[in-house]
Amino acid sequence: MIEFSKNSIISNFPRHVPILLLYIAVLNEFDFNYLGTSSFSFNFPFILIFYWSLKKSESLGYGLIFIAGLFNDVVVGLPIGISSLNYLLICGFASYLRNITLSPSLIKDWIFFLISILVVNSLNYSLLVLFFSYELDLSALVTNIVFTFLLYFLFAHGFQFYQKIVFGN
Amino acid sequence: METSRDDFVIAIRSAFLKKGNQQRFSLIALIIFSTIIISLGRVNFKPIDYLKITLKEVVYRSSFIISIPENYTKTIYQAVKNHLVLYSEFSNMQNEIKKIKGEKKVSDYIVIENKRLKKIFEDYIVNAKETVAKVLIDKQSPFLKTIVLNKGSKDNVSLGMAVLDGEYLVGKVVEVNYLTSRILLLSDLNSKIPATIEPDGYQAILSGTGKDFGIIQYSKENYIPNKNGIVYTSGSGEIFKAGIPIGKIEINKLNKEAKINFFSDFSQLKFVTVLSFKKEKE
Repeated sequence: MIEFSKNSIISNFPRHVPILLLYIAVLNEFDFNYLGTSSFSFNFPFILIFYWSLKKSESLGYGLIFIAGLFNDVVVGLPIGISSLNYLLICGFASYLRNITLSPSLIKDWIFFLISILVVNSLNYSLLVLFFSYELDLSALVTNIVFTFLLYFLFAHGFQFYQKIVFGN
Repeated sequence: METSRDDFVIAIRSAFLKKGNQQRFSLIALIIFSTIIISLGRVNFKPIDYLKITLKEVVYRSSFIISIPENYTKTIYQAVKNHLVLYSEFSNMQNEIKKIKGEKKVSDYIVIENKRLKKIFEDYIVNAKETVAKVLIDKQSPFLKTIVLNKGSKDNVSLGMAVLDGEYLVGKVVEVNYLTSRILLLSDLNSKIPATIEPDGYQAILSGTGKDFGIIQYSKENYIPNKNGIVYTSGSGEIFKAGIPIGKIEINKLNKEAKINFFSDFSQLKFVTVLSFKKEKE
């Protein structure tokens, strides 16, 4: 029996990689600041949450995404709950797209991803500036959105490959 | 027309209200919950504060552990980079040391004289509390420039204390937990420090820009700083003592705008000194 449960944990591990990656991403917040590339930044959790909520929603639990958002707020120093709201809205957009799509295509997903991050980042910016009186650099936010959008295509290919190996579809 | 609106409503309802496969919560419930947390956090609701404190103690330590591979990569990258410029750096440093040795003799005299004069005015400020802390997290997001230290209220760290990298100011304490604290770096957009620009002795406010340099704010409109000017803390508002070096002025040749290059490289902070000041009593 013990042997059986051990095996099931090991065999199920690849299925939990997306959520594991999300937690590593929020706790580590890859910044590459040591490369001196101050103008380069992207939001990896947005890409990851959008892709996996769209393609395999069961691989990321909403509750776990909510907690990951709280962790991200603590690491980055944002008011608690902001990132959770952003992440869940991204899930909402992905879920809506999944419901209305009959024939999925990466380009359509990509365009919809742009709309999603524009809406979510606008809401995030408005909340922080109007509600919490933060001063934010709009150009940094726009750069972040552009790179997040561009890199989605790249990461989506990687995730697609992984999905085929692990989930088989 | 009617049908497409119905489809839209059905898709929205299904996305937000229905619990998906293996989902314990519906999306809308969690979104409402997040909104409540944000609103209560805004009005400093006590249970939310406790939640924040608990999360911080756990998450800061976990983040430090998770960041070990990236920090290791960072160290290797810096080591390789330093090795590549070793020879030229060495020659430059030798010349600089020669120059500094000469200047130090003059400055030693000035320091003693200044100390004596300040004591006459009863304005001689000494370090009251001093703690060396390790940087646990330096995840400077594109929007907020902060770092987290491994010392908190347990080690007498309190809000508003100055944080120095060697002799250079890097920021101030803006959040204190029991075992950790968060520092707002000078480069953050929300950072405003009273400063003096030498050799003109001009008083201004140094503001962060969200990038790796600062700017001068609230100074006289026509004031153009000396291109080799040095920015020090002014000591106004009695937050920091006067004369802590911050950075050097660089004038943009095209638009004549002044930017302040910080002496300390905020992306390379490993250990910092957290300190508060008080007036020396006889």
